[in-house]
Amino acid sequence: MSSKPLLVLCTAAMLLVAGIAGATWLVTTRTGASAAPVAPAAAVGGPFTLTAADGATVTDESYRGKWLLVYFGYTFCPDACPTALTNISAALQQLGPLADRVQPLFITVDPHRDTPKVMADYVKAFDHRIVGLTGSTAAIAAVTKEYGVYVAPQRSEGDDYLVDHSSFIYLMNPDGKFVATLSGAATGAQLAARLQTLLSQTS
Amino acid sequence: MRSLFVACLLSLVAAAGPAAADTPTQPTIQVHSVWSRATPGGAKTAVVYMTLSAEGQADRLVAASTPVADKAELHSESMSGGVMQMRPLASLEVKPGATTMLKPGGNHIMLIGLKHPLKAGDSFPLTLAFEKSGKQEVTVHVAKVGAMGMDMEGMKGMPGMQGGAMTGH
Repeated sequence: MSSKPLLVLCTAAMLLVAGIAGATWLVTTRTGASAAPVAPAAAVGGPFTLTAADGATVTDESYRGKWLLVYFGYTFCPDACPTALTNISAALQQLGPLADRVQPLFITVDPHRDTPKVMADYVKAFDHRIVGLTGSTAAIAAVTKEYGVYVAPQRSEGDDYLVDHSSFIYLMNPDGKFVATLSGAATGAQLAARLQTLLSQTS
Repeated sequence: MRSLFVACLLSLVAAAGPAAADTPTQPTIQVHSVWSRATPGGAKTAVVYMTLSAEGQADRLVAASTPVADKAELHSESMSGGVMQMRPLASLEVKPGATTMLKPGGNHIMLIGLKHPLKAGDSFPLTLAFEKSGKQEVTVHVAKVGAMGMDMEGMKGMPGMQGGAMTGH
């Protein structure tokens, strides 16, 4: 026999140390990824004054009477945000006419790049019922604070920066009161099921 | 143990010597199911996912480039306490006997400075650079906005389809 199997064995042994380090990192990461959303503090949400796509000023009171799905993200985000918005769109489709009682809001954590026009063009690709909201730096800072959203822009040259952010969907009732935090990775079916239960309990 | 040690040494010498006929040659990297998502209006970024496997020996994906964007960066993505973090990765190992997946919610290639919107059904070239096996050009198929897997439509005959793959939660 050739020395090939032994070579493989030896190489494997040498790679083991590096492998363990890598695997440990992966396991740690995966554990974090699969953790259930942490229950937020009691007072999630609150008054806000933001800007809609057409430049109109909207507040939290603009949406009284509707169940709100509030998601924070940014349009430069290539993966997590389109996933969450796609799942919200799928949930609206599955709800059918019940979706009339639901208003999804996509609030940017990156008002510097996400102007009303950018937000409008972006949300259109998902579902016309999703409202994209932006605002002044102060207004966005206020609303992210109220919802307990973590936002951390990363250093980068120029305007190519990434932004770490909480990826939860906040469910608010028609009175604007917080009901639940859902994972930003929840599928459309999971979101629809949750909403269907709530909507059937209240008419 | 001693004989194993000697054998190990011998095999390493054999690997180093050009005369050894059965020494693993350069790794061969197979790239499957290369897909992207259509971009929403005005988006400056896009994403590319794929499945990689190695034959022979391990290799590392070290860079990517495409004519459709100014930059193509390898990124990790992790979710910790509900916070989504993306970070540039210097390289990504591809090992024999395992598949390395770039997928939604995980590692991916981020295209920055997109030159034109990506539409579902389109395709574009992407050049991948590997540390040992060199460059390889692949075709990226564009699925729908927010797609969670490669769209099967219009892509008949693609080997190794991994449609619908996503993290299980």
